[in-house]
This record gives sequence, structure tokens and C-alpha cells, in this order.
Amino acid sequence: MAGLTLTNIRKTYGAVNVIHGIDLEVQQGEFVVFVGPSGCGKSTLLRMIAGLEDITGGDMFIDGEKVNDVPPSKRGIAMVFQSYALYPHMTVYDNMAFGMRISGEKKEEIDRRVRSAADILQLTAYLERLPKALSGGQRQRVAIGRAICRDPKVFLFDEPLSNLDAALRVATRIEIAKLKESMPDTTMVYVTHDQVEAMTLADRIVVLSAGRIEQVGAPLELYERPANLFVAKFIGSPAMNVIPATITAGGAQTTVTLAGGKSVTLDIATGTGVAGKAASFGVRPEDLQVSGTDEFLFEGTVSIVEALGEVTLLYIEGLVKDEPIIVKLPGTLPIKRGETLRFTADRAKLHLFDAAGLSYRSR
Amino acid sequence: MQQLFAAIVTMALGVLACAAYFYLSNLLLDRIFPSKNRSGPEASRNLRIAGAIRPWLFLGPALIALGLFLVYPVFGTLWYSLHDRNGTTFVGLENFRWLFQDGEFRQSIFNNFLWLLVVPALSTFFGLIIAAMTDRIAWGGFAKTLIFMPMAISFVGASVIWKFIYDYRGEGSEQIGLLNALVVYFGGEPQAWISLPFWNNFFLMAILIWIQTGFAMVILSAALRGIPEETVEAAVIDGANGFQIFFKIMIPQIWGTIAVVWTTITILVLKVFDIVLAMTNGQWQSQVLANLMFSWMFRGSDNGRGAAIALVIMVLVIPIIYWNIRNARREMGGR
Repeated sequence: MAGLTLTNIRKTYGAVNVIHGIDLEVQQGEFVVFVGPSGCGKSTLLRMIAGLEDITGGDMFIDGEKVNDVPPSKRGIAMVFQSYALYPHMTVYDNMAFGMRISGEKKEEIDRRVRSAADILQLTAYLERLPKALSGGQRQRVAIGRAICRDPKVFLFDEPLSNLDAALRVATRIEIAKLKESMPDTTMVYVTHDQVEAMTLADRIVVLSAGRIEQVGAPLELYERPANLFVAKFIGSPAMNVIPATITAGGAQTTVTLAGGKSVTLDIATGTGVAGKAASFGVRPEDLQVSGTDEFLFEGTVSIVEALGEVTLLYIEGLVKDEPIIVKLPGTLPIKRGETLRFTADRAKLHLFDAAGLSYRSR
Repeated sequence: MQQLFAAIVTMALGVLACAAYFYLSNLLLDRIFPSKNRSGPEASRNLRIAGAIRPWLFLGPALIALGLFLVYPVFGTLWYSLHDRNGTTFVGLENFRWLFQDGEFRQSIFNNFLWLLVVPALSTFFGLIIAAMTDRIAWGGFAKTLIFMPMAISFVGASVIWKFIYDYRGEGSEQIGLLNALVVYFGGEPQAWISLPFWNNFFLMAILIWIQTGFAMVILSAALRGIPEETVEAAVIDGANGFQIFFKIMIPQIWGTIAVVWTTITILVLKVFDIVLAMTNGQWQSQVLANLMFSWMFRGSDNGRGAAIALVIMVLVIPIIYWNIRNARREMGGR
């Protein structure tokens, strides 16, 4: 069953278009993460689902009911804000109870729900405290507790971890994952710009850019088969290396000439009539290996070596001007800057994009 | 023209003299306790001494001025209040005994309490409502400017303006007062508003409310803007309506500021003088403490009674000032 459906959702501020017709179907109980660079419209989209922003065009359904003109409190949603947005003059208990008191819930029911949420989030000891007497992580837990108390059909998270320090971020991320597990029927929509959060939490990731959906898919699907250059470069860290290339022969296999003159054959079908077209050849830093033989993809000079212990990052000059190729090799290696090395990669892990940036693989 | 010139010269000289004082006294201090080109222990000793003296040097003029014009008069007033009209014979608490029997004093106390109840409450209330509403409309900035404008008018000037509004002309002649013109237009009888006992207090209060609403509005508007937008949005999602958001989410968050505005206006009200002097001079039972003090001190030439009234005002103001400062400190001291 569809938990949340967006059809051709658009948003304009005056003459400025920020969301250009989003179509998306989220199943009930699914955890969907919106990612994208800042300004891509992911927060705006979330706020439109919440009802905090008007919908300029298109239809939105929550649990099968059209909600375009339904006020936020009647949509069956709850939202966790980046800045927690706790009511500073109310105790933790009152913060969680506020919504239920407004809707005239019975006292016993309010008490039961607040205590049960506090129990799940280990906040029972803090119920009588004011938000200012809590740490950042505790505040965020109260914000989540307030959302749980609303017993929503759809949970909305707007970058809930960005105000926490690194260690707490990991801990809270795991807590959110556990929370999702304990509420299997609740749909969750989560906005972040952090791809680790996206990859670890999501059932499906929606990659947004400039108000459009670039790709929707399971985390590893986006990683292994990005539909276009934007997703290819956005998912994965360091970003995928992209080398300008020219197709020399199409067909069931494709042969391209990389910048620098090296010819490579990929197991990607491109059809006929593509010879001579410009393309972009992509390979992830972690898919590259040092080649000891004459079989290699490219050759270059090491300009920087970053030894991080678990991995070693090499920056290779000489192929694309001003844009070093990054190679991520496991472990610690005795490689010095200035060395000239040859690199190769598994053929199944190569990517090819056409001049418009669309992947040949996903056709 | 000549006065203007004299004023400007005086101002320039004053500022120059201040600057020169700070510069030269600082220079002198560094001469007497030099730290440059000295041996280590001596330099550090001199630096410590100079550091201890410097704040007093800079604060000195202000402290002396405050002492001369604020602290000394307090004791002077206390002394006067225990003496007769010329300040020659000691009379003990006689002035205070007289004060608490005097009908006009009781009237003033009563009127002051009326002012105290009405003016801060209404000024803060209007200021808050206007601040909340003007934040949401396109021409709010313009409206705010207009409402703030009376703050720039002196109390006496404002009184003159409002005298025209309350103006009353005898039977048969045309009513030029705005209020009476309106009353006549709607078929009522014109009234001599400011000579109606009891009610005239409220007509005078209207002037101060008119002036102080702008003050309350500016401070509260800034406070309202300081409320995190997300808390309001969270309340929207929680299902609160406009009134609930305003009273349960926004007001509690700016409660400290409201208290400071309220008490600041309260202190001003306790000292209200100019408006009463210019409008009624305390006639028709509109007397207030400050005007009563002025009357005895300078018209009745009775230093003793004037000083006694002044002390009563001071005693009334002190607790509010104490509370106000404590509140303001807490507001500034971070939450």
C-alpha cells in the first residue's frame, strides 16, 4: 500500500521554480532518504509533505487521501527538525504532551503515550527537565519522542543529525535505525546531505538536484548502477573519477579512446551509430588497482599520497588537466610521490555516460 | 543663531575635554609607572599597579558626576525632609505626619496607582499586539515608524497636541477639539474632558500610552523576531491554532522581555509629571506625586514637604528598579 504519493509536485516562489514536477511513490513502512547538494530543494519538498509550504502544482496523497489542502496537524505526519525546535519554556514531558493536549486527548492517554515514548528513548529520568538542561543528543531524542507521541503515519526528519557532534551522530543514527525497526508500519522520510546517513538508513534513496529527481533506488543500486553522471559523482566518497572519452566502436561491447590516447573496451552495449560520439568514462577510486602487467587502463604520476591507515589515497596527474584521478587502495603501501604507475580495474565496474551525462548501462 | 553657535561650541569643547582627559590621564599613568625598558620584576610590578589604577581613572569622572548629582541629593533630600520649610529648624517626622493626613497627597497616591495599573498594562498590551501584527504585513515597517514617532516628542509637546484633541469651547461656539467634534458629529453633548474628576485621569493616561506604545512595540518586536521559527512550525504541526501559538508558544518565550518593558514603563509612570503639569496642573482631582512635589517645592516654597514627597516616590520606585535590573541581567545572561 502506498504510504505517500507525489504526482507532478511543483513549487514556485514568485517566478522562481524550485521544485519541477516530482513524481514519487513511497510504500507504507518504507524508509526513504532525500539526498542532494544544498539548495536542491530536498528540505522544501519535505516541508511541502509536512504542509509547512504550500503546493504550487500537482497532487499529494498520504495513505490514499489527498492532502494538498489539509493542514499539517491533520495529515498524520510528525516532523523532527534540525534545530530540535523544542518549546524552551516547557519541560520534556510538556513538550511531548503539547500536541495531544491541543487535540483534547484524555489525561491518562497522554500520560501513557508520553511515558511509553520516554521509555523507548531512555528519557524517563529527564521528563521534568527543561530543554536547556539537556545535551544536544538528549534534545534530539525529545524531539523524536514528541514525534512518536503524535503516532504518525509518516515520520519526517529534516537533517536531524547535523547539529550533533560526530560521535553522537553515529549513535543517534543507529538509534533512528532501531526506531524504524520497532515501527515497521510507519513510513519515514528523511532529508540529509550526508551520504553515509543515506546509505545506512535508507530502504530507497531519492537523489535530488536543482528541484528534480536524478534517480530513485536502493542504496547499493545507486552505487553500482548510477543512472547519470550527477548520481555517479554524488554517491561514493571520494567521488567517481570521470575521464573524457570518444567512442570508437559501438555494439554489444563498446570501445572508447580515453583522453591521453589509451583505448579501452567495456562490457556495455551502446548499439550502432555511436562511433565518434563524445562520452564520459567513469571508474570509482576504490575499483582501481595497481597493474603489474601490460594490461592497464591508464598510466600516471603520483602527485600526492594520503596514507589514512585503513586505505591509501593516490592523486594521479597526467590524464585530465587540473583534475587528478583519485585511487583508493586498501591498507598501507610503500608508494612515493613522483612514481609513475599503471592502473587497472575490473571490467564489470566500469561506467560509461553519453554526452548528456546519462549512463549507457541502465538502458 | 548665537545660542545655536554657543551650544555647538560648548558641545565640541566638552567632547574634546573628555577625550583629552582620557588620553592625558592614561599617558600620565604610563609615565609614572613605566613598563617599557625596565627590568622584568619592576616592569611587571608597574604593569600590575597601572592595571589596578586605570579603571578608576576612566570610571572616575562618571562616578564623581553620579555621586555629585545622584547620591548627594538623596542624602540632601533626606535631610530636608526632616526640617522645616526653609531647611533651618529640625522638625523630625512632622513633614511625613502632615503628608499622610493631607487629602491631596492621598488623592495623588490613588491617582498614581491608577496610572500604575493602566499605563504599563495598556502600553505593553498594545505594543505586543502591534508588534505581532506588523511583523506579518507588507506595510508593517511603515506602520511601525508611525507608531514609534510619538517617542520622539517631548511629554510637554505631546500634551499640547492632546490639549487640542480634548479642547472644549463654551456653549454656542464651534467645537475645535477633535474628541468633542466627533461627539457632536454623532449627536452627543460636548464635554470639558480634562475637568471631569476621576475620568480625566484616563484622558491624561491616554497621552502616555500613545507615547510609550511605540517603545514597547520596538522592544517586543525584536523579541518576537528572536523566537526560533521552528518552534512555531512545530506547534503548527502539533495542531495549535493562531491564538494558541501566540499565547502558549510565543508569549512564554518572550516573557522576560515583556517583564522588562512593563517595569520600565512602570518606573516612568511613577515619575509622571510633565503631562499632568501641562494638562491640568493637578486640578480637578488629577494630581500625581511628582507634580505635588513640584508644587510644594517651588510654588509653595516648602522644602521640607517637597523633599518628603520626593522620598515617598523614591521608596516606591526602588523595588521596581531592583526587579527590573535583575530581570534585564537574567535576559542578557544567556538562557
